[in-house]
Amino acid sequence: MPAIVSIRNLQKTYANGFSALKGVNLDIEEGEILALLGPNGAGKTTMISIICGISMPTGGTVMVGGHDVVRDFRQTRKLIGLVPQELTIDQFETVWNTVSFSRGLHGEKANPKLIEQILKDLSLWDKRDNKLRELSGGMKRRVLIAKALAHEPRILFLDEPTAGVDVELRRGMWAAIDRLREGGVTVILTTHYIEEAEEMADRIGVISGGEILLVEEKRALMQKLGRKQLRLELKSPLSVLPPSLDALQLSLSEDGRAIIHEYGNGVGEGRIGAVLAAVEREGLSISDVSTRQSSLEDIFVSLVGDRA
Amino acid sequence: MNWEAIKAIYYFEMVRMKRTLLQSLIAPVITTSLYFIVFGTAIGSRIQEVNGVSYGAFITPGLIMLTLLGQCISNGAFGIYFPKFAGTIYEILSAPVSMKEVVIGYVGAAATKGVIIGLIILATASLFVDLSVQYPVMMLVFMVLTAITFSMAGFIIGIWADNFEQLNLVPMLVVPPLTFLGGSFYSIDMLPPFWQTVSHFNPVLYLVSGFRWSFYGIADVNPVISLVMIAVFLMICLSLLFWIFRTGYRLRK
Repeated sequence: MPAIVSIRNLQKTYANGFSALKGVNLDIEEGEILALLGPNGAGKTTMISIICGISMPTGGTVMVGGHDVVRDFRQTRKLIGLVPQELTIDQFETVWNTVSFSRGLHGEKANPKLIEQILKDLSLWDKRDNKLRELSGGMKRRVLIAKALAHEPRILFLDEPTAGVDVELRRGMWAAIDRLREGGVTVILTTHYIEEAEEMADRIGVISGGEILLVEEKRALMQKLGRKQLRLELKSPLSVLPPSLDALQLSLSEDGRAIIHEYGNGVGEGRIGAVLAAVEREGLSISDVSTRQSSLEDIFVSLVGDRA
Repeated sequence: MNWEAIKAIYYFEMVRMKRTLLQSLIAPVITTSLYFIVFGTAIGSRIQEVNGVSYGAFITPGLIMLTLLGQCISNGAFGIYFPKFAGTIYEILSAPVSMKEVVIGYVGAAATKGVIIGLIILATASLFVDLSVQYPVMMLVFMVLTAITFSMAGFIIGIWADNFEQLNLVPMLVVPPLTFLGGSFYSIDMLPPFWQTVSHFNPVLYLVSGFRWSFYGIADVNPVISLVMIAVFLMICLSLLFWIFRTGYRLRK
């Protein structure tokens, strides 16, 4: 797959000396959904701003669809739609006018049929003649998406699209993004919600302190870093593990009410049978059994935490 | 050239004007009417003719200029300041438009609005005084050039301003004194020599004088010099804009 966005050694240092991006390299493939995870101030928004033309890089290059974002900004910006993090809208405009304005601004001839379709897809059609200030927060967010889609971009940047959006709406938005992907649109989203990245993304990039820590296929990442835990709840608590269990590298929960077996990632795998048999042999009675797979969140926290 | 973008910005701004019809059209008309009642009719009836023109008719071009300047600067400034303030500027910065197109859209709309208001005031004035326009084409040339120049000046103010106070500083504090002291209500011949010299440093003098010449063929300064001065102001604004766009001043971080 060819890279539709190609970032090389991208740097951004502000006039006050703060370095927001310290040489970022990243290839985004056409048609994928890439989630960028990172704590506040990691450089996610700065990176998107440079790709979209809102901010100028102080070093390195960004190519979009084979064009340089600074030199050939007309070609690159036509390919890109941007949904900003803040709900920045003109309160006094109507939905229809503001979405049509976005299309015109990108040099496209008016196309009422298309705007109608976009508004219908985002459940905004009924509100087309309403002023934006009359809409709820979730609707405003969708208006921003409609504006970003009005010029039929091939790449869509969503900067924290579901921040402050309720669960139902979030699911609706995910469905909308899914439809876009089916239409071949490349989607890059930044998020704090790891659940979101886990649910949507093909690949996940972790960015922190102005650097990309890793970019990996979601599944590979989960497999590579994912750990599993088998937890055996005991009927009566133990103060120490019986010595016969030592060889199995088990641990005891703090309250002594559960035996924990960690595995996955090539470590301690295939031992579940042995663990159960050993526990049985010791005559320990078990009240419950559960397993848990470490989520992307755990992976993320351990990655960012390691660097800190 | 991204003509669709220019059209979109221009149309957007004109719609905004329609929304604010009351303050942008009716307010200047009422204000001007008051000027005519007070200066033209009440006081003017006791003032002799100026260079063979009745006082009411004499002040008309100056009054139009006063409103035109104020409106163009305010509209030009507000048009670009508001997106900055509301944050919607992100869309313009991330669109495939050059700053040239952004300026044509915003300044074009502000200037159009200024000219429309100017013409409406002219029509209002004709209800109060006998008006004649000797050089209608030149009148329009002066009006359009002034509107474009000062809408650009407004645009520059809008980019520079960080808050509403700064935004209103020039239209509220700088333009009125310059207009009042620029020969809107008198011919500078009436001033003592020292103040005549000072007046020549007031850019508005050239605008009012040239504009008045297009009405009555009388002028404080040669109309050619007026035209040249407007061209100079235009060039100053264009150079400033060019510098702003080269450096991304206050727009791109």
